[in-house]
Amino acid sequence: MYVNGLDQTVDIRGPESLLDVLRDDLALPGSKNACEQGECGSCSVVLDGDVVCACLVMAVDAHGSTVRTVEGYADNDVLHPVQMALLEGGGVQCGFCTPGFVVAAAELFDVNPTPSTDEIREALAGNVCRCTGYGAILRGLEELADRNRREPAP
Amino acid sequence: MDCDWPHDLDAALSALADDPDAMLLAGGTDVMVEVNAGHANPEHVIALRRIDALRGWNGHRIGAGVTYTEMERGPYPALAQLARTVGSPQIRNAGTIGGNLGTASPAGDTLPFLAALDAEVELHSARKGVRTMRWDGFLVGVKQNARRSDEIIAAVRLPGGIPERQEFGKIGVRNAMVISMVSACVMRDGEHGTRVALGAVGPTPIRARRAEEMISTEPNPSEAALGEFVRLVREEVRPISDHRGTEAYRRHASGVLARRLLERCLAP
Repeated sequence: MYVNGLDQTVDIRGPESLLDVLRDDLALPGSKNACEQGECGSCSVVLDGDVVCACLVMAVDAHGSTVRTVEGYADNDVLHPVQMALLEGGGVQCGFCTPGFVVAAAELFDVNPTPSTDEIREALAGNVCRCTGYGAILRGLEELADRNRREPAP
Repeated sequence: MDCDWPHDLDAALSALADDPDAMLLAGGTDVMVEVNAGHANPEHVIALRRIDALRGWNGHRIGAGVTYTEMERGPYPALAQLARTVGSPQIRNAGTIGGNLGTASPAGDTLPFLAALDAEVELHSARKGVRTMRWDGFLVGVKQNARRSDEIIAAVRLPGGIPERQEFGKIGVRNAMVISMVSACVMRDGEHGTRVALGAVGPTPIRARRAEEMISTEPNPSEAALGEFVRLVREEVRPISDHRGTEAYRRHASGVLARRLLERCLAP
């Protein structure tokens, strides 16, 4: 599979999840393991262009696929705009849910740089924050959308 | 564990014919919950995601691999409504209509829509070819369907005569990420009458046929007719009490939800 732009080969013996393979075999622990039933979104990754819960993808079904994890958004020290927005808006408390929020929000903003509040809420409906820090997360992303409206990308 | 990644349906059917115990994997959103909990440990998986023949729409034929995200953008209003209530964007990007039929949960959210339209399930087998079964022949019990072990669910066919006005609703404890305690699909127009199907209030979806017949003869239902409609719906459902809700609540809510959806169908 192609993970964050790198061709990776993994020997998979059973029906374990893509999440387990990312974390245990590929040393990519950004995607978090919490509910293991698709309820919390903390393992969100992009599989062949779609945001999915890595805990609900059988790893063998990622054979030949393209995977982007939270580790694949920053360009060295330059954060993705969504990561900057969460940082500047205080949208991080304990940080456990943050990778999932980054992936879900980045996929929204990369397609639609100026989402409405409703569109942000809907895109993040599958991501649960155990600190219940939703206000700061939403405000940070709304601020990013506002900024994109004021200063459209060339 | 062995795995096949067929790119066409014939290859998948042939792999399944060689090993009818193989697990068929579509979106994985049900299967992996079982795997993660240690309740499933397949020895052979046939992954269906790469088969183009399972993917698109073709008129009233919906490929089994069509995802909820695709249903949200499709031509049927009630199917789009129900797809938008399933899980989260992450789940909707993975879960498929064929998977919903394969799992055959009483709370499967596509099932009331399929029941309301008397949809047919298209099953393919390497040796026996293609057969279709109506939804009520296919869904036989709680998480049980009539798929034979050498068959793959390839598509759902919707018969002609689809009512224009169609509404779906469900009741649960939250707006997102919730499994239906009661779900309902109501369709109505002058030509095709009224269809009422309810989910999660019986082992398989329930068509409230007496309620349908009664209300179909009322062009502009009076308050008394609507009251009778609600009473009949509550008589026809067969809910149980479980960790999500009580039998009494589900029966009550079935009537409320069916009436609310009917009134939306009747609205100008």
